[in-house]
Amino acid sequence: MTEYALEINGLKKVYDNDVEALKGIDLKITKGDFFALLGPNGAGKSSTIGIISSITNKTDGIIKIFGIDIDQDFPKAKSFLGVVAQEINFSQFEKVEDIVITQAGFYGIPKDIAKKRCKNLLKKLSLWDKRHDQARNLSGGQKRRVMIAKALVHEPKLLILDEPTAGVDIELRREMWDFLSDINKKGTTIILTTHYLEEAEQHCNNIAIIDEGSIVEDTSMKELLSRLSIQSFVLDLENEIQELPDLPIFDLKSQDSKTLTATLTKDDDLNSLFDKLSEHGIKVKSMRNEQNRLEELFIRLVKEKDGN
Amino acid sequence: MGTKELIWSIITLSEKELRRFMRIWVQTLVPPAVTTSLYFVIFGSLIGPRIGAMDGFDYIQFMIPGLIMLAVITAAYSNVVSSFYGVKFQRAIEELLISPMPNWAILFGYVVGGVARGVMIGVIVFLVSLVFYPNFEIENYGLTILVLFLTSIMFSLMGFINAVYADSFDDIAVIPTFVLTPLIYLGGVFYSINILPDIWRNISLANPMLYVVNTFREGMLGSSDVSIPLALGMMVGFIILFAVICLYLLNKGIGIRQ
Repeated sequence: MTEYALEINGLKKVYDNDVEALKGIDLKITKGDFFALLGPNGAGKSSTIGIISSITNKTDGIIKIFGIDIDQDFPKAKSFLGVVAQEINFSQFEKVEDIVITQAGFYGIPKDIAKKRCKNLLKKLSLWDKRHDQARNLSGGQKRRVMIAKALVHEPKLLILDEPTAGVDIELRREMWDFLSDINKKGTTIILTTHYLEEAEQHCNNIAIIDEGSIVEDTSMKELLSRLSIQSFVLDLENEIQELPDLPIFDLKSQDSKTLTATLTKDDDLNSLFDKLSEHGIKVKSMRNEQNRLEELFIRLVKEKDGN
Repeated sequence: MGTKELIWSIITLSEKELRRFMRIWVQTLVPPAVTTSLYFVIFGSLIGPRIGAMDGFDYIQFMIPGLIMLAVITAAYSNVVSSFYGVKFQRAIEELLISPMPNWAILFGYVVGGVARGVMIGVIVFLVSLVFYPNFEIENYGLTILVLFLTSIMFSLMGFINAVYADSFDDIAVIPTFVLTPLIYLGGVFYSINILPDIWRNISLANPMLYVVNTFREGMLGSSDVSIPLALGMMVGFIILFAVICLYLLNKGIGIRQ
């Protein structure tokens, strides 16, 4: 038995217009992982996901899903897989309930079982009240949740989420993540692509960054974040200040009379910053990262790759 | 997929296809009934008596099998071409591609939809024809039903091929408008080729629709301008050919996978 939910070896994709979208990528994702696959637009994420889910033909390479080579037994490999695509991909004229039950049927699940699973999923995803509505009448966020219900109705062991929270409001997004974290804890391996990097940082254990068709980083989230040598913080002050204190090591900058930004290197500690500010009679009311940590790293890695 | 799962997946897709055209029954089931009624009123009741007998039958009686075939061919073809192009357009094709359903099962499901609509339209048009010609009696039920199904299967497969290659809604209208309809109209729906001059009669024999329409007329009236075994053989041959082409296109992912 393999320890991997997904193994990719030497995956290449050249489109008809000669664009080389994937230049022979290798990737291994262990069972039960919550894995982030990140990259800028056009980096090759969608091509990779498209090939795994058989929407796109590969040019070369090997893909195994739970040890099953897709070239040997694609139907069996596909039975393990659930995909929430980036674009809405169901008939807008069907009722929500019919969309989910029909998708279950494509996996050979009888209607009585599909109905029970559909009810369970629609309730968990706050869509039960909409079950008789035509999909075209749903909001963008509701459609995304129908996509999730559809992808989960056959209880896949590997779930690929391609931008699952795009267009979903904050409260529902939190509910969705709780739900997805829960199914991950129960054993479903999840691969996530997202532009909300704070979500990837919060939920994923491991990460790969893809750029221009190549994997530029493949490591644990913890290890990657530990490489961040500089962090910028926004400090909300108790009182207004007239002039900026002279603390060059923290590169202090004033956003307004009650807000400062400070930059700390890996060797600096926050206590020394607070001590110095106290010496100048400045009290900090609250603070936050100026930019998401993963976002800072992501931009840096992609720039390095581009040679900037 | 096990056999049970496979059967269930085909039932699901077939049900989905039926649900699709039943949901829009005003667009899919009513128009052929209206159009056929107009044909019967104009060509059957008003002009028909002046034309007189055709191959020994009342003109309206002669027209009935042809008009049923006209409606069946159009319905089966347009059902599959619009449904499959629709799922491509809405990206709902991904639902099927991601699933473990084999390609032949996907094709089978769409053909079931086309055949169901074709047969349903055939029955509706026949019932309408009984309003205008109540004494109509079917000569050979077995052949009539066989041709009804073979025709629906054949044109469902043709519709599927058209949908695979279609890149726009224009592409799904071109073949029915500029190829199918003229061939059907010139394929003996309204006349027997025996009334044509020799040259046009011989040219008509190259029209495949003539064999479809006449075999059906043989089943309903016991009258045909062509050899029935040849016509049935042609239909089966075309079905096999079109099915092979469809499966080749699906396996290669032409028009559906990047």
